[in-house]
Amino acid sequence: MTLLFVALGAAVGAPLRYALALLFDGLWPGGTIAVNWLGSFLLGWFVGLGLDGGTLALLGTGFCGGLTTYSAFAVQTHERGVRLGTAIAVLTIVPALGLCWLGFWLGQA
Amino acid sequence: MNAPRVLPALGVVAAGGALGAVLRASLGLAFPDPAGAFPWTTFVINVSGSLLLALLGAVPALRRHALMRPFLGAGLLGGYTTLSATSEEARLMLEGGDPTLAAVYLVGTLAACVVGVHLARLYEHRERRETR
Repeated sequence: MTLLFVALGAAVGAPLRYALALLFDGLWPGGTIAVNWLGSFLLGWFVGLGLDGGTLALLGTGFCGGLTTYSAFAVQTHERGVRLGTAIAVLTIVPALGLCWLGFWLGQA
Repeated sequence: MNAPRVLPALGVVAAGGALGAVLRASLGLAFPDPAGAFPWTTFVINVSGSLLLALLGAVPALRRHALMRPFLGAGLLGGYTTLSATSEEARLMLEGGDPTLAAVYLVGTLAACVVGVHLARLYEHRERRETR
């Protein structure tokens, strides 16, 4: 049952990521960066709200996990060379952690 | 975006994403990461997914069907890997008072994934030279 919820959530999150990447990824992968920020914020929020079981599987593991991606982020970081790649890496990971923290804090409030 | 061309791609990305996420969740159920410890399961998922995504370019068979690439890349491997779980795991380490572990985890994941992509590219270039 848990896996069905995960599948349903990812079936929405993954195409949303794909569409935003098509629209906003260029030399600067703005779409992929945005979904990684948004997904990290939302997962922090859901955990802060205390969601668990099927709801967290659907919205957290499924939707947020499907919306965010490490594979495309790693390939883009490598492909864009040292300077741009470093900028992409830092501007993905650091704000994603901060937004996750913010989401968690808002969820608990 | 050209709707008649993009809609089928969105469909295969949804299917591949669901499959990849179920694979990720199954690995999480089989090898649960203890809260606050180094999340090896998520780490291995992200490194293997990044390496495999970089390897997709080296498989000529994937060029035969236009939807294979979005199904396997943005779909399967995009849904399999995750950055939200990595952020949440690092946040939990900070909350647990272990910023060093959080930094090691975030930088270690990034470094291992980029090295994985690099190795895949080296392999791809060698394959190309040999088939020439």
